[in-house]
Amino acid sequence: MNLEHNNQPAPYMNSYLAGALLGILLIATIYITGRGLGASGAIKSYAVATVETVTPTHAENTKFYKEYSKEHSGSPLMNWLVFEVTGVLIGAFLSGLIANRLNFKMEMGPNSTSKIRIAGALIGGILWGIGSQLGRGCTSGAALSGLAVLSTGGILTMMAIFAGAYIFAYFFRKMWI
Amino acid sequence: MGPLVPDIISTNLNYIVALVLGIFFGAILEQAGFSTSKKLVGLFYGYDFTVLRVFFTAGVVAMIGVMGLSYFGLLDINLVYINPTFFWSAVVGGVIMGLGFVVGGFCPGTSVCAAAIGKIDAMIFIAGAFIGVLIFGEGYEMFEPLYKATNWGAPRIFDSLGLSQSVFAFLMTSVALFAFWMTSIIENKVNKVSKPPIRFTPYYVSLGVLGLVIALSAFAFPDRKSDLLELNLQSENIKIDKMSVDEFAYRIMDEYDNKLQVIDFRKDKEFKKMSLPKSTQFTIDNLFEKEPNRLLALKHKINVFIAEDEATAIKYAAIAKELGYKRIKVLDGGLDKFKQEILNYQIKNVFNSVDEENTNRFRLKAKEIIPVMISQNKISGPVVKKQKRVVGGC
Repeated sequence: MNLEHNNQPAPYMNSYLAGALLGILLIATIYITGRGLGASGAIKSYAVATVETVTPTHAENTKFYKEYSKEHSGSPLMNWLVFEVTGVLIGAFLSGLIANRLNFKMEMGPNSTSKIRIAGALIGGILWGIGSQLGRGCTSGAALSGLAVLSTGGILTMMAIFAGAYIFAYFFRKMWI
Repeated sequence: MGPLVPDIISTNLNYIVALVLGIFFGAILEQAGFSTSKKLVGLFYGYDFTVLRVFFTAGVVAMIGVMGLSYFGLLDINLVYINPTFFWSAVVGGVIMGLGFVVGGFCPGTSVCAAAIGKIDAMIFIAGAFIGVLIFGEGYEMFEPLYKATNWGAPRIFDSLGLSQSVFAFLMTSVALFAFWMTSIIENKVNKVSKPPIRFTPYYVSLGVLGLVIALSAFAFPDRKSDLLELNLQSENIKIDKMSVDEFAYRIMDEYDNKLQVIDFRKDKEFKKMSLPKSTQFTIDNLFEKEPNRLLALKHKINVFIAEDEATAIKYAAIAKELGYKRIKVLDGGLDKFKQEILNYQIKNVFNSVDEENTNRFRLKAKEIIPVMISQNKISGPVVKKQKRVVGGC
């Protein structure tokens, strides 16, 4: 696994430069497609597609999946965000390849353990899965894209995400510092 | 005029566009350092504010950029997806996500980036998010009341706060700049760096100047519509060409005249009662939209604006001119004069010149023909928006 331990990973890009590039990318996205960037919607599409494939009768009788297929025609995977997130995977992989950061590993705070990290990642993911449905988007789809188009809902969700994180940060500090 | 989907870029091509935009998105996030949870949560423990810098720089740049595009008429903001506002759902969902952030160390977009370069915790996080959506789906009956409560529609933040778009954008940028400054102080303190966080080096000076320019440019791109609706005709010194009622009547009657295009801004009720041939009903909002835009931009057409009164027509014509439309005229004296001198023309018997005699003969003829044309006219407009807003969001 550690084939590259001789090579140091490249340093990260300057934050303001990365931010400006991300902002320009978002402007281009809105100009071309009329919508912003996103992420959680792709996970939702995969979840709905899985349920529709594994238990089609259940999907037909459950309100959530019924409402989803009413709003989205065709397969849940023929979805803009599914393609976009596939691109994210490719782009991040290429970037990691160039910067020498490809490596199977798990990261955690100095006082944490693998078990705690696995449980934390799983529970954190579950919370995002639920929260992003209620918030109608995540940091990308609601917060960042919402800020770009000055949507009240998006900015509200953005403030709630950061406020929530700061409120709870103290209780989980052992996991990170 | 943007958005380019679905007119210039088809829905299918849009998927390829999504893939390409996604590649850039992933690459930028990874290069910025968003593929490691330790860097991400650093924001909440004060040792690394990279996320805050990248996120707010991107947000501010995009916000100003979108304002600029719509100010210059390159983007129809009415077609852009504005995230809807469900107050309590947004707040509760956001707080749950915030908790998920400090517990899980990622957000969905960054977890995909981290998984792409082999982070195992990120892959577990994605599995968790997948389960989370299923929990929401199965427990939908329970979440639904909260999910659908306090529906505010899709307001823009400056309207919700009662500010102008420019003032909000300026404040937002100023807060971001202030936050960059404060957090670099905190960051250095936590990491025990003794160098002052901001020094008078060319790097920081140019950053500060750039930030200030962006903040001030908020005032260069006010909301076009509210700005133009307050247009002051006297001080702006805008000249609008007028078309005489006789020329107007002549062009209406002339079946070979395909230049005249009457743009009627009267209310629905009056328009239905009497609409002129070659006319289309418009609303003031139509002037700022992508679909109606095409009609006004047709070459070789002379657009004659009419409204309840001449002053209103002149004002709308001035706005259209400011928006860059050409060949905009108003009917001299408005519809009132047209009614009085053409439709209800009183026959004259004494003439001072040959011209007057000719005018008299023409008006008598017009008086007979135009009412018939009006009664046979099929109503067209208001220009209905065929295009709906883009469906976006997660």
